[in-house]
Amino acid sequence: MDSATGAVLYHQGRCTSQQGLAEPSAFFQQPLKVHHQTAGGSQPFPFASRPFKGVAKGQDRIIRNQPASKFTLKRLGLATEAKTEASRPSSALGSPVLSNRPTSPALSVGGSSPVSSSRFAPSTTGNGLASDSLPASIRRRVHPAASKFDRGVEIRTMLRFSSRSLAVAWTRGGLRSAKPACSITHHTASLATVASDANSSRRYGGLKDQDRIFTNLYGRHDWGLKGAQARGDWYKTKEILLKGDDWIIGEVKASGLRGRGGAGFPSGLKWSFMGKSSPGRPRYLVVNADEGEPGTCKDREIMRHDPHKLVEGCLVAGRAMNANAAYIYVRGEFYNEASNLQAAIDQAYKAGLIGKNACGSGYEFDVYVHRGAGAYICGEETALIESIEGKQGKPRLKPPFPANIGLFGCPTTVANVETIAVAPTICRRGGAWFAGFGRERNSGTKLFCISGHVNRPCTVEEEMSIPLKELIERHCGGVRGGWDNLLAVIPGGASTPLLPKPVCDDVLMDFDGLRDAQSGLGTAAVIVMDKSTDIVAAINRLSYFFRHESCGQCTPCREGTGWLYNMMDRFVRGQGRPQEIDQIWELTKQIEGHTICALGDAAAWPVQGLIRHFRPELERRMTQYHQADSDQPQAVLGSALPAASVS
Amino acid sequence: MLHTLAVGRARYALARSIRNAQSSTARLLSTTNARSEKVEIFINNKPVMAEQGEAVIQACEQAGIDIPRFCYHDRLAVAGNCRMCLVEMERSPKPVASCAIPVTAGLKIHTDTPLVHKAREGVMEFLLANHPLDCPICDQGGECDLQDQSMRYGGDRGRFYEPAGKRAVENKNLGPLVKTEMTRCIQCTRCVRFANEVAGAPELGTTGRGNDMQIGTYVEKVLATEMSGNIIDLCPVGALTSKPYSFTARPWELKKTESIDVMDGIGSNIRVDSRGTEVMRILPRLNEDVNTEWISDKTRFAYDGLKRQRLTAPLIRQGDKFVPATWQEALHAVADRLRTTNPAAMQAVAGGLADAESLVALKDLFNRLGSENLTLDGPRGEEAPVLGVDIRANYVLNTTLAGVEHADAVLLVGTNPRHEGAILNTRLRSAYLYNGLEVALVGPRMDLTYDYNHLGDDMSAIDAVFNKGHPFAQKLAAAKRPMVILGSGVAELPNGEYLYRRVADLVNQHKEKFFQPDWNGFNVFHRTAGRVAAMDIGFVPNGQSTHQQSPSSKFMYLLSADDIEPRSIPKDAFVVYQGHHGDVGAHYADVILPGAAYTEKTSTFVNTEGRTQMTRAAVNPPMSAREDWKVIRALSEVAGIPLPYEDLPTLRGRMHEISPTLTRFDTAEPCFFAQLGIDQLAAKTAGAKAGGKSPIPRVVTDYYLTNPITRASSIMAKCSAVFTKAKTDAEALEVSKQAHA
Repeated sequence: MDSATGAVLYHQGRCTSQQGLAEPSAFFQQPLKVHHQTAGGSQPFPFASRPFKGVAKGQDRIIRNQPASKFTLKRLGLATEAKTEASRPSSALGSPVLSNRPTSPALSVGGSSPVSSSRFAPSTTGNGLASDSLPASIRRRVHPAASKFDRGVEIRTMLRFSSRSLAVAWTRGGLRSAKPACSITHHTASLATVASDANSSRRYGGLKDQDRIFTNLYGRHDWGLKGAQARGDWYKTKEILLKGDDWIIGEVKASGLRGRGGAGFPSGLKWSFMGKSSPGRPRYLVVNADEGEPGTCKDREIMRHDPHKLVEGCLVAGRAMNANAAYIYVRGEFYNEASNLQAAIDQAYKAGLIGKNACGSGYEFDVYVHRGAGAYICGEETALIESIEGKQGKPRLKPPFPANIGLFGCPTTVANVETIAVAPTICRRGGAWFAGFGRERNSGTKLFCISGHVNRPCTVEEEMSIPLKELIERHCGGVRGGWDNLLAVIPGGASTPLLPKPVCDDVLMDFDGLRDAQSGLGTAAVIVMDKSTDIVAAINRLSYFFRHESCGQCTPCREGTGWLYNMMDRFVRGQGRPQEIDQIWELTKQIEGHTICALGDAAAWPVQGLIRHFRPELERRMTQYHQADSDQPQAVLGSALPAASVS
Repeated sequence: MLHTLAVGRARYALARSIRNAQSSTARLLSTTNARSEKVEIFINNKPVMAEQGEAVIQACEQAGIDIPRFCYHDRLAVAGNCRMCLVEMERSPKPVASCAIPVTAGLKIHTDTPLVHKAREGVMEFLLANHPLDCPICDQGGECDLQDQSMRYGGDRGRFYEPAGKRAVENKNLGPLVKTEMTRCIQCTRCVRFANEVAGAPELGTTGRGNDMQIGTYVEKVLATEMSGNIIDLCPVGALTSKPYSFTARPWELKKTESIDVMDGIGSNIRVDSRGTEVMRILPRLNEDVNTEWISDKTRFAYDGLKRQRLTAPLIRQGDKFVPATWQEALHAVADRLRTTNPAAMQAVAGGLADAESLVALKDLFNRLGSENLTLDGPRGEEAPVLGVDIRANYVLNTTLAGVEHADAVLLVGTNPRHEGAILNTRLRSAYLYNGLEVALVGPRMDLTYDYNHLGDDMSAIDAVFNKGHPFAQKLAAAKRPMVILGSGVAELPNGEYLYRRVADLVNQHKEKFFQPDWNGFNVFHRTAGRVAAMDIGFVPNGQSTHQQSPSSKFMYLLSADDIEPRSIPKDAFVVYQGHHGDVGAHYADVILPGAAYTEKTSTFVNTEGRTQMTRAAVNPPMSAREDWKVIRALSEVAGIPLPYEDLPTLRGRMHEISPTLTRFDTAEPCFFAQLGIDQLAAKTAGAKAGGKSPIPRVVTDYYLTNPITRASSIMAKCSAVFTKAKTDAEALEVSKQAHA
């Protein structure tokens, strides 16, 4: 699907939403409204991120009423448009949530319209195939009849009263709604930079429940096969597989999916590197579940609460690259996650979804779990491969690239858990649907992990390009002590440079937006630091982390991380001279880009971010330290320096 | 063709690093790439032709552009971790490690840009940050890569003044040969790669990570490999230095002499570093065809034996004492006996360290006296060799050492290549790793650093290769370049003929594979330096001597013969010993004539491949000792039958008359009539029986003590105690610690 079609899609979606709602401005308030209602009138805060307990109840009911076999993949796959339209018991719901169905235009037999998937509202005009054959439980899943006894709601209701940011959230909602919500002239052609985006009326964020991919992120529902199937996993997987590798890669390319592990490499392109054939050699998909980036906690939620998303993703992605097997490398500390994942794999094997003749497609595919031993560096793709091979987890030289010579010397693609887990949904709902989220080249939804000084740290699926401020305020109850109490944010896990508050005010959370802000999206692990933070100590802790996790292969990283840590450790106390700030800057530049893997860069960037934005703070501490110790000159580091080195 | 294949210096380095499991036989998940075509690349805008797939660093080297490096070594897998060889590559935003980038057509490399200079300076600064900078007390000083490259590429001042200080690392006890100063280590991992790839000592590795990464054996143990000394050469800094050499000399005060090693039959090319009259150390010299750039520990460390137990003056036995004498007295004493003894009762014995010149001179002397009774040192040395000396292909390593790496199946018969010539073993290991070599062994089981099919301990075990159902027989039948290596010990076995017979059968069974235009798979592997020359010269029993069964010699001339069996020396015989060490042979002597060791004479040795090589005198023989051929020449003069050569060129002319190969230096002449030789062997050994089920004995029981020089060496004695005699790793470590307490 080309971008022009995507634009039309988007446009249609908009118009549909306008049709469904009274006025454009109401559209943006809609999620608030909905949740206001669903929370029994007492919840003014959008609960977009949390599915409701009531869904589980509904599921239970459905499953009880209908034999499980009815939901087997085969049945679902065979369901046809005509026969299910009439028999659909809950079609009368007609609520926006209906669009949550796993619609894949490309999967539609008739192919009457490829635009059935709307981001914002139910598509009453699209082809009904997917929704018709959807299990009722899925449609009911987000039925507004959410229980107020939901524990999560209770907790949040309690928290609500302590949240000072609610007012801000409301204010923002109001402000936002004052803007024209839909402009005919602006389509998905968002511009990549923050500056130009300011002119666009398009606002990002506020992902609707029906557009969520990870519908059991919080473990409220059954993570097993039945629960997963009830949520739409393993739905028409056979058809996806039978569509073939080109089709899957085409969809992933159309979706604009970029790797969720940090580097943001276009996934469709990466998967196509495996080439068509490699005579005599098996091919592997390796899933990087060694989630070690400090602040990141998204993959574990997938593995423990929605493992079938990942298993199915392995199959679909594996099919796309004609892999023979997938190795899921799970971080050593993730015991329960590995257990659930293994259980899910066992279930899938038992149900014939993977293994020989996976899903009845004739395709043979195995999935193995390999547990690591807890080294950060094993999250680097080639180190991970080494580790699976039983060697020390040290990154390999590239070239040769894993796509050519990877695991056990065979063509291999390494991809993040989240990347793989969204693949089936992309295939079902169409690449264009996914591409409809976020700005161009930064499309999709993304799991954000917000930690630190926010009122409610959480992992939440949101639209890409959501403004950082909105992300924090909408989902985390705002910064502790209010937005003005914000000091800095590390937007993408420990290895990305921090952003000071002025930048945080309007930065968009996507690859390009954060790159333009001299940082990076990384794993979207947002670490929020309020003004009580000792920012130097915080970055020093990261320096210690990288010093500790450097594999020791490359000289600049091995020696440089330790040196950086030593200097940062002094800088925390102010023990140093302003010239040394320039020196540490130079050292980071000597590490950056000179190593085999990116850990050297990762170690350099936080320090660079600190110097870029907090140099005055460093200098202030140095002045203070030297004043305090002026009567004890021997304690001053500088006194040990030869004149030449400080001149 | 084989020759050209072998010469390509380290063409594998990069190819090996590219893990490729396509070949099912690859043991390291890697294979060697075939030689590829030349393509044009641009280095500093200059067009250069380079081999496709080789490392950019090699291409730069060939183009005459020096790229600094620490971890890269063209004989080891590419690690790419020192980051010193960073260069700028067009269309790459970051500098790339030139050791890890394969050459592709049109590649544009810049080695002289500010970016590259800055990168090198940065890496150098990091390397020096934790380096102790103790050059004045470091043995590597003066020949240290870190020192040299920091002078050339480093900054002019340091910035590392951290109060936390530098990294300090505990030293490891790797045994009596390698001294460690691990604080100096820059973690280039050359030693680890060498130990794992070449030496087959996987216990050496890295532990810890980041700044705490250490080189070591994890569980403390000595580095038990015969090739351990090479890690000293490989170490670019002073972390691994030579224990025996420590604090004895600086490189700039040493005289370097290019020579040949005689500790085994390999003839490794060495450089003898001497100061005054003393050999300070021995280093390897590059020779692709022989030892590449490795030498075994015995070659490297036995040199202290050259200073002990030396025969420094002629000695004449008086009762149970040796009395120093002048050369005149000693030569007259010998000449008198020579003149009075019946030529039929005279016997000359050639030892393993005898050089070709002295062998020729002694043979000429005996022949002139009318004696043909020339025998060899060691068991069955008085019998005519079963293999015969008429056809050279019957007694040399025809495949050549470099050719071994192209073999795909090898049968080892009665030999332990690891102890009889460690370089051959590394070649076999290389073929095993990179060429899928299948190895089978007849003889005592031992650790060869690679897997092998042990056919059995006794002679009849060789029959398995004729059993079509046997896995190795099938592999041999399927092999394209099969080899059989007969150990030198087979000739000494009482029923060794049986093994010869079966080997001849085997070769004949697969003759079209054993004998190809560029391949001769029949090999005899000698473990001493002087044996092939003796056979070339014809210094072997002719089978007509009467002394074979009951020794009845009245006059015995032992030329460096120290493996002589006492019972072969008649009680009433007059024994002359000529050699450089007061070892076994000298004990039986009536007159001792002091000769020169291999570091003290310019002489010819022929290695086990039949390659003629020349030692060069690095120091003078001690005191009254003289070059061996001169002693014999002087003796002939005194005896009144002067030999017709007075200087080395004339003597070499005489050698050329005997065998032209003896003066064609540094080449292994291909042997002809190989099939004829096998036929002769088969005819000679037809009907031989295995003779019992007794296991074939080990030829070398102690790798470190095999000749007079090693037996006089205290370093070798320590090695023997640690590596051979100690029963367990713990005991070895304990002995090693005590030896250097």
